Amino acid sequence: MIRWLVMLLAVLIPISLLTGDATLALPDNLIFWQLRVPRTMLGLLIGGGLGLSGAVLQGALRNPLADPGLLGITGSAGLGAVIAFYWGFAAEFPPTLLAGGLMGAGIGAAFLLAFAGRAPSGPSLILAGVAVSAIASALLALALALAPNPFALTEITYWLMGGLADRPLSQVEMAGPVILLGGVILLKLGRGLDALSLGEDAARSLGIPVAATLRMAAIGTTCAAGAGAAVAGSIGFIGLVVPHLLRPWVGERPGALLPAAALAGGALLLAADILVRLAPLMLPLSTAPPVGVLTALLGAPFLVAIARRSVP
Amino acid sequence: MIGLSDLTVVLGGHTVLYDVSLAAGPGELVALCGPNGAGKSTLLRALAGLLPDTPTRDPRRVAWLEQGARSTWGLTVEQVATLGRIPHRDRAAAPVTRALQVCGIDMLRSARVDRISGGEARRAMLARAFATEPDVFLLDEPTADLDPAASHAIMRLLRTTADIGRTVIVVLHAIELALRYAHRIVVLRNGRVVADLPPDQVLPAAAAVFGLPIGIDPSPRLLPPC
Repeated sequence: MIRWLVMLLAVLIPISLLTGDATLALPDNLIFWQLRVPRTMLGLLIGGGLGLSGAVLQGALRNPLADPGLLGITGSAGLGAVIAFYWGFAAEFPPTLLAGGLMGAGIGAAFLLAFAGRAPSGPSLILAGVAVSAIASALLALALALAPNPFALTEITYWLMGGLADRPLSQVEMAGPVILLGGVILLKLGRGLDALSLGEDAARSLGIPVAATLRMAAIGTTCAAGAGAAVAGSIGFIGLVVPHLLRPWVGERPGALLPAAALAGGALLLAADILVRLAPLMLPLSTAPPVGVLTALLGAPFLVAIARRSVP
Repeated sequence: MIGLSDLTVVLGGHTVLYDVSLAAGPGELVALCGPNGAGKSTLLRALAGLLPDTPTRDPRRVAWLEQGARSTWGLTVEQVATLGRIPHRDRAAAPVTRALQVCGIDMLRSARVDRISGGEARRAMLARAFATEPDVFLLDEPTADLDPAASHAIMRLLRTTADIGRTVIVVLHAIELALRYAHRIVVLRNGRVVADLPPDQVLPAAAAVFGLPIGIDPSPRLLPPC
């Protein structure tokens, strides 16, 4: 499976490098290095981080509906970025947007772990995530309501839709290492997640430190998915969908899913981003829509299908 | 050797175990019997070191199987048994295969545990405990979903396991299985140990705890396999 995913990426990466907004051609040097390369790298990194986070969270929380959005990490990253927008820091100095997003994700994660208690369990972590998510979206609504001018409002709204377009290489340089660090943390959790398939007590009896495993899953998700959300806004459903797409091929052992989920997440987001760029060729659109719109459109029916299969 | 002395357990404001002491050594098959809510499973958890303030155990030495254990995901029987190797940080194939064989589930090793019968899944979970190759087995109702023949097969396996020098402590509802296979029967009631005796002496205490008469059954019945 890993080999197939690598081959898929080997096909998708050149296509992504050659695809512009409604064009398919070898671009000139400047466009290639300043636009296509960062965009392709971001698609791989953010998609991989989301897919991996989704696989880890579903395993850690033993819940097939878990995804990075559930823990409120992406929501608080969005809030942090919007605050950076709001005070106009981002306009003067673009990295503040990313720093705000990362800070938001970090504060969200700190709240999450505080709410979940000294010895977090799956249900307590989900409950804490719902709380963090609710607070983040309420504050976000407040920020939108108090937006200083219509221009800021449009900017924020568009940013929140989630997209990979026009992100400079400097953002890749800032977010990339954080996403990779999160990925390393998450990839090491395989053994603990395997044990957790039998429940938290059984995992403990096998010598797995359950609370520490859940905490590392939350911290790894903050880095891998939170940094992505800080750059690209909220790109939904990748984390939810990728583990489900892989289970029929890789099997259901959570630890076995992790590397495949990272590769498949990158491939899925890259493919969605290519489709979005080509959308004006196929549909009556003047510009390419944000990729978050497409992942939500395709992901939501998928969520319904999963829910209907698990609820008889 | 595994044991606890003078253990009192309070869970959610309720005292579940009062001043319980229990020890079991190599070569012993000890059955924990008693009515629902007597504290059998809690005592087993305490022995496994899973309750607050109980000594943690070396997971390579002590295997604990919870009541009604099941897997969240559709792992294969072999993958479930391989989880028993986690304490050793390996995936050694030989102990896993041996465990699948002694538990009689080897032929289903690549079947998914959520697509086989309850009894077969129970054996897969038991194989997980055997794959660890521990010195001490703490098993909560390992025969719950099994038919009579399979129950006797598992109890014989546990007796053999004890006879080759392991310690086996098993919660059993089926007192006739305990009477037939255990070396010692510990009877609990309302969180207290009321008897800790060999099978041939425990019947009066068990009868008192369950409120059932002792009889010598003359009617036709199924005998365990010889």
